[in-house]
Parts: sequence; structure tokens; C-alpha cells
Amino acid sequence: MSRTVRVAAGQGFWGDWLEAPRRQVEGGQVDYLMLDYLAEVTMSILQKQKERDPRMGYARDFIGAMDSVMPAVADRGVKVIANAGGVNPPACADAVRDVARSRGAAGKVTIGVVTGDDLLPYLDELIAQGHAFANMETGAPLGSVRDRVLSANAYIGSEPIVEALARGANVVVTGRSTDTALTMAPLRHEFGWGATDWDRLAAGIVAGHIIECGAQCSGGNCLYDWRDIPDLANVGYPIVEASADGSFVVTKHQGTGGRVSVHTVAEQLVYEMGDPHSYITPDVIADFTTIHIEDAGPDRVRVHGIRGRAPTDKLKVSIAYRAGFKAVGTLVYSWPDALEKAKVADRVLRERMERLGLRFDEILTEFVGASATHGPLAGTPVDLPEVQLRIGVRGQDRASVERFTRELAPLVLNGPPSVTGFAGGRPKVEEVVAYWPALVDKSVVTTKVEVLK
Amino acid sequence: MKVRLLDIAHARSGDKGDTANVGVIAMRPEWYPLLDRALTRERVAAHFRGVITGGVERFELPNLSALNFLLHGALGGGGTLSLKTDAQGKVFSTAMLRMLVDVPEDEAKRLQLPAAP
Repeated sequence: MSRTVRVAAGQGFWGDWLEAPRRQVEGGQVDYLMLDYLAEVTMSILQKQKERDPRMGYARDFIGAMDSVMPAVADRGVKVIANAGGVNPPACADAVRDVARSRGAAGKVTIGVVTGDDLLPYLDELIAQGHAFANMETGAPLGSVRDRVLSANAYIGSEPIVEALARGANVVVTGRSTDTALTMAPLRHEFGWGATDWDRLAAGIVAGHIIECGAQCSGGNCLYDWRDIPDLANVGYPIVEASADGSFVVTKHQGTGGRVSVHTVAEQLVYEMGDPHSYITPDVIADFTTIHIEDAGPDRVRVHGIRGRAPTDKLKVSIAYRAGFKAVGTLVYSWPDALEKAKVADRVLRERMERLGLRFDEILTEFVGASATHGPLAGTPVDLPEVQLRIGVRGQDRASVERFTRELAPLVLNGPPSVTGFAGGRPKVEEVVAYWPALVDKSVVTTKVEVLK
Repeated sequence: MKVRLLDIAHARSGDKGDTANVGVIAMRPEWYPLLDRALTRERVAAHFRGVITGGVERFELPNLSALNFLLHGALGGGGTLSLKTDAQGKVFSTAMLRMLVDVPEDEAKRLQLPAAP
């Protein structure tokens, strides 16, 4: 039998199940543990934390995860790859080293630190050189929000992770690596796939896409046959068993709950998909219309036939900028006439805010239980037992948003009747940190790998 | 005969900025040609009229017995700007599956399609 490499996914986002990393290394044999922490807005949150404390700015959950898997890393040769470094991979690496020390494993952990994705220090220089960082959705130049930019990070590919592994790292910490590169890089390293081996690189990317959201491909959030998916309390996170030719099997540890089937895998494959012919990454463009999936036994799905082609000469850049303030508040109206009462309350509140002269860019009212998620498609509700009135406001004027949070509670005594569900107190005012997707020439981004013994 | 999309397909949706994507997968491969024929770009745009503000794009994945739709202007600005409960477009999937599809009786019989209740 040809050699396989087993990559296990242990986190699908920052906030995912704390038990998952440990369960993945203890539930059976794996070679790599892949942990994805970064969503689009995560970088800006981390940037704010770093501004307050220069030793912060990375996903703290990762340190707990490393503590829980340290025996496997130190004594059983499991390697860890994570984009937990956020905007401060060196500080993240220091924290991992502290964990290793406290576990008596200092000599057994070699940390690879990948940097270079952070463009914030050079942003003005790059703009001056003619890089517009035009918004990919609106076409607007970054100059229009430059003074409000909090973070700017290029999505980087597998190359620096492969280098860190080649230089002996058994824990690799990156910043804004693409989610998929975290899975593809160890396969590329193990099988020696070349930088232009497009089909195999694309296969690694597809493997990464399938497992990057954790249990979302192994029974979690699965609509098909959802009632009969077994034992979600004990759900098994996914594992890719890859072969050198680029084919792989998606599976999970024996004795765990959930399910891996062509249905669970297909649902994940279409998740957040754009044009399936062109799934663009820094390493390769994968063609999702070439993916073949087939049942390969209980909780095993074989994936093969994937084709890829050369990538573009651009990298996507994730920019976060301050975009005003928002608050969302709720009240619950009960039968009889629950929806009608909620609608009256909404009108009363809006009239009061108008008289106060509050300024917003948007006010959104939803009736949870009637139409909040499916809108008019939900049809006309009949005799609902209760409806949650949910009102959100967003605008540039903080004082207006603050005042909105004071206008909701009075409705309990001075608005329509049969209202409850206000125990949570006043809504919280949040600063809106918005996402500005852009492209930049690959040539201006230089990644760096440091290996700490 | 009227058939509920819910009974012949499953779906998952997600976000990219202010665009929601909905992947619709035939529950059986032999039902894919029906989905391909019934779920035109125009039909899906009509289904989501009043729910989204932008256009609809459609992509075919016969290898997965699936279609992928991009619904533009679906998420109230998208990301952190959105005030919507479903700011990430997670349940546009089931909104899509509310659709009813007309299928000739003989075809429905041949494909063993469940009739809408």
C-alpha cells in the first residue's frame, strides 16, 4: 500500500470547540493537526488587542489547544500548523514556547514562525508607488478610508509553511495564511510536490477547503438526513488521508459521532463557493468542477480527479477599517396579536427617534419568529405564540447610536402590551470594523520564515 | 405535479461580502438534470425578489450533482456592516428550498419524486 499522510482538522474558526484539537490527536493516528483561527474580521480585532498590549494580537485559544496536545507533539511526532499568529506571530510563538517549557517539552518543540503578510507598515509607501488597493466589490480606492484603516494583511500561500517544515519545525505559526494552505502545505512537504504541480496542489487546496470548517464536513450543520446523523455530542472532526498522487479520503476517528458521507462532503464543498471553475489561491487555481467524490465505506469518502492551473500574479489583501457604530436590541411580544404589537412598537420607536433627530445610515427592523431570516418567502404567519422585535441601527454618530440604546427599554412600560424579554439590559454600542477586500501584486509581498529551536 | 425543492435537494449557503452563495445539491444523482432544468437564473432571481437587491449568477457542477448560485446584495452590506440576523447568509440555503418545482406527471413517476404535501 502506498504511503498516506493524515491531516486532522481541529478548529474551524476562532471560537470553535475547545475539545476538538485534543480529541483529534488522541482518537487515533494522525500526522498533522491543522488549526484554522482566522475569519475576515478577526485580524482587525487582533490588531486592536496588539495596540493595547504589544505582546497580544494572536488567537489566545491556540495556547490552550497547544497545552492540550503537547504530549502528542513532544512524544508522538504529531506536527501542528495554525494561522493563530494573527497580527503577531512572534508573540504567539513565544507563548507556545512557554507552554512547552511548562510541560517539560522545551527541547522537543521547534517552532516555525511565518511573517510578512502584514502590509500595514508599508501601506502608505505602497499607495504612493501606485498600488490603489481598490475595493474588489465597489472599485473605490483605499485612499477614501485610509485614515481609518486598522489592519492590512495579504493572504499568503503554502510556500513559507513548506519551508518551515523543511527546516525542521514541528509547530508552524502563521499570520494571514489562506485557510486551505494550512492543509496543502504539509502534503506538499511530505510528497515533494513541485511549485508548478498544479493538479496535486489543487487537490491539496480542495482537501483544505473540505476540512477548514472543522465538523461542518463531518455531520455538523448538515441538512441532508440531519435527524439521523448519529451522536453529534461526540462529533468527530474530519481527517484527510492523502496519497502522493493527489487523491485523498475524508474520514474521522472510529468511535466518534457525526458522519462522513458524499452528502456531508458535498455540502461543505459548495460552502462559500464563487465561480467553481476558478477557486483562486496564491498557489494555484483549483477547478471544483473536476472534483470526483465517491463512497469508500462507512464514514469514508474518496476524492480524486482534481485539476488545477497556474495562479494569478496578485494576492488578495484583507483590510479592516473603522466604519462607524452600531447597536442591536430586542424585545419579545406575546400572543395574542404578537406580530401586530411588535410592528406597532417598531413604529413608535422610529417616530421617537425621528423626533429626537437621531442620525443613522441604516435602521433595520426584523420580526424574529415571523420573517427575520426568510423575509417574504416565509409567507403570512398565523397566530404566532410570540415574536421577537429586533431593531438594529448603524451610523457615524456615536451619540445617536448611544441614544437608541436608551429608547428601547421604555417601550416596556410606555408602548404596546404583552412585552417581555428585556432582562439582558440595554443594547451594547459596538464600533463597526468593516472589511475591505483588495488585490496587490505578489511581487510586493515578501514572506519570512524563522525557526526557533 | 408540484414538487418541493426541499424534498429533492439539500443545500448549504455562505457569504462573501454582500453576496450570499447557495449551493443546491440533488439528493440523488438522477434528479440533477431536473434541478439543472428547473433552477434557471431567472427562476431563482424571481424566487428571491424582494429579498435581495442585486442580480443572480448561476454555475453548474454536474460532478457533484449541484448548482451554485451567487445572490448579490443579499446581506444588508455584508460582514460587520450588516444589521441582519443572518448577516453571513447561513440560512439562504433553506430559503431556496422553499421553492416549488413543476414536473410532468410521467417524469415525476419515473424519477420517483415525492409529491408536495
